[in-house]
Amino acid sequence: MKTESKLQQILDNGQFGVTAEIGPPKHSSSEGMRHHAHMLKEHVDATNITDNQTAIVRLSSIAAGVHILDSGIEPIVQMTCRDRNRIAMQSDLMGAYSLGMRNVLCLSGDHQKFGNHPTSKNVYDVDSMQLIQLLRRMRDEKKFFSGEEIKEHEPRFFIGAVANPFADPFEYRVARLEKKVEAGAEFIQTQCIFDMERFERFMEMVRARGIDERVHILAGVTPLKGWRAAKYIQNNVSGMIVPEELVQRLKNAEDPKKEGVDICIEQIKYIKENIKGVHGVHIMAIAWEEVVPEIVERSGLYPRPKVN
Amino acid sequence: MIIAQQKPVKDIAAMISDCNKVLFVGCAGCVTVCLAGGEKETEILASSLRIMRKLEHKPIETVTFTATRQCDPEYIVALDNMVQEVDAIVSLACGVGVQYLAERFKDKWVVPALDTKFIGGATEHGVWEEKCGLCGDCVLHLTGGICPIIRCSKSILNGPCGGSQYGKCEISKDVDCAWQLIYDRMTALGKLDKLMEIQPPKDWTKSRDGGPRRAVREDVMIG
Amino acid sequence: MRLQYASNVRIVEMPCSGTIDHRVILHAFEDGADGVFVAGCMEGDCHFLKGNIRGKKRVNHVKQILDEIGFGGERVEFFNLSAAQGQRFAEIVKEMTERIMKLGPNPIKAVRGHTSCGGMSPTSTDGKEGGIA
Repeated sequence: MKTESKLQQILDNGQFGVTAEIGPPKHSSSEGMRHHAHMLKEHVDATNITDNQTAIVRLSSIAAGVHILDSGIEPIVQMTCRDRNRIAMQSDLMGAYSLGMRNVLCLSGDHQKFGNHPTSKNVYDVDSMQLIQLLRRMRDEKKFFSGEEIKEHEPRFFIGAVANPFADPFEYRVARLEKKVEAGAEFIQTQCIFDMERFERFMEMVRARGIDERVHILAGVTPLKGWRAAKYIQNNVSGMIVPEELVQRLKNAEDPKKEGVDICIEQIKYIKENIKGVHGVHIMAIAWEEVVPEIVERSGLYPRPKVN
Repeated sequence: MIIAQQKPVKDIAAMISDCNKVLFVGCAGCVTVCLAGGEKETEILASSLRIMRKLEHKPIETVTFTATRQCDPEYIVALDNMVQEVDAIVSLACGVGVQYLAERFKDKWVVPALDTKFIGGATEHGVWEEKCGLCGDCVLHLTGGICPIIRCSKSILNGPCGGSQYGKCEISKDVDCAWQLIYDRMTALGKLDKLMEIQPPKDWTKSRDGGPRRAVREDVMIG
Repeated sequence: MRLQYASNVRIVEMPCSGTIDHRVILHAFEDGADGVFVAGCMEGDCHFLKGNIRGKKRVNHVKQILDEIGFGGERVEFFNLSAAQGQRFAEIVKEMTERIMKLGPNPIKAVRGHTSCGGMSPTSTDGKEGGIA
C-alpha cells in the first residue's frame, strides 16, 4: 500500500536510496539539530531520528522530527519497545503522524543498563515484530492494536525495521528478517557493516529466499574517526563485528579521519556495484553529521532524486 | 522455588537496634533449600547479632524457631506463645512469610532478614538462577522449554534481538541469550518452523500488571 | 611426640575439618574464646576427598561474618597440616597465640548479656584468659 512517504516513493521507483541519522541532543534546544538538518537536506532522502539511543535520555524522536521536518528533511521516527507500552506507542505515533511524519523504524531498543538511567524499569510490552505487524494493521485494516476499529484518519506510515547480519545465530538472522517482512516491514536498515564478507553471505541467503524482492534493504555504514572508535565498537558493542584489518588500517593512517571517510565511501561503492538486492545506504555518522554530504557526493550519490 | 538472599547483617541490626528481645523465625521451605533462611542460617544470624550487640554494649536476647513453612497459617500458630515478650520478630522467610507473620502478629514489629530475589533453581551446588517469569500464561511449549519472558532480558517473544552475540545477551557475557538457546533447542527438536510463526503481544493482565493475583481450587475449599 | 605447647589451647576433636559448623565457631566466641583455629589435613589428603576444602571455605565465611559485625575475622583461622606433624602443630599454636595476644582478649567476654546457651555469660572476675579453642 502506498503512503505519502517520499522515501517510499524513491525506493519504489527503483532508485538507490540514501538515509542518514540525526541524534537528538541531551538538552532541550533544537538549534543543533536544525543546523544538522539544513546541512544534510540536499544530500539525503530522509533521516532517522534516534529514540533515546543506548538508553541515554535525549530529546524525543518525535519532537525532534517536528524540527527536522521544519528544516526541510523527511524524518524517520525511531521507536523502541523499551520505554513505551502499546498504549503510549499508538498515542505517540498518531501524534507523530498528525505532525507530518510518515516513516517509522521499529526496533527493540538497547537495554537500559547501557544508558544513564540504568535503575529505571523497562517496558518491553510488545516486541519489535509485534510492533511492525500491528502498525501495518493500523494502516491497512484501520485497527488499533486491540482490534478496535479506527473510525477515521488512521496513521499511514511507511514501516521500517532493522536487521543485524553480524549478530547470532547467523543462520537464523535471514529467517527472522523474512519473519519481519511477513509481519509487514517495508524497508530495512542494517546494522553498520564492517565485515563485508559476512554481509555478502547474508545477502546471498536473502536473495535465495527472494526477500530482496519483497522489501527495500538499506545497507548501514559508519565512517570511523580513528582506530580507537573501531576498537571500542569491536570490544564493547554487542552484535557488531569489526575486522582487525580495519583497526590496523586506521591505526596506520596518516590522517585517520580522512581514512575513515575513505573507507566508508569504498564500502558504499562496493555495495552499490557488487551486492545485488541492496536498495540503498543508511549512513550513521555518529556525532559526525558534518561528514555526510562529502560521503554522499564522493560516493556518486549526489544529487538526490526530486519527488513531488 | 523462591530464591532469597540474606540482607547485610548491619541492615538487619539497624532494623532492630532498639529492641532487647527478638524472635528469629526461619523457614524450612524454599529458603532452606537456597541456604538463606533455614535453621542453620537462622542460628548463625542470631549468634552474629548477639556478638554484634555485645560489642555495642547493648546486649540482645534472642529466641530462634524454624517453621515448617511461614506461608501457611497453621504452621505459624506455634509461634503464638513465643511472641508475647519479644520486641521484634525477624523473619528469615521470603516476602510471603514475612507478611504472614506480620498479619498474624499485628501488634509486633516484624522485619525481613532476606531480600526475596526470584524464582528459579540450582544450576550447581551453591548457585541459583532465575528461570520463570511468573507471567501467568506459560508459553514454554512454544520455545522448547526456555522461558522468553524472564530469560530474555527484553521479554521478546519473537527473538533474538540484534544484540545477541556468541550466544550471550547484550547485557552481560555471563547471561546466555535465551533466544540462542531457544533456537538451538527447537532446531534439535526439528521444530524450527514454529519460530517463524509471529507470536502476538502478551496478555499482561495474567501477570503482575493485572493487579495482585489469586488462584482457587473450589473443590477443596472448606468454608 | 610429647612436645610442649601452651596450656591456653583447648582441643576439640572432629572426624574431619569438613564437619566444622559456622555455629560452633560463633558459639565458641560467644562463650569467651579469644581465638579459634581449625586444623585440617593437607589438601589432597582428605580421607573424605574435599572435606578440608569445604572446611576452609566455611571458616572464611565465618571470618567474613566476624568482620561485618565488627568482631574481627583475624581471631579465627584455618590451617592445613598432617596428623603426623607435631612440630608444625606447635608452630601453629605459637603463631595463633601471638596473633591473639596482639589482638587482646575477646572483646565481648566482659559484657554481661546472653549467650548461645540461653544463660548469662561470665564476667572475667578470675583474671584467667578464656583461651583459644
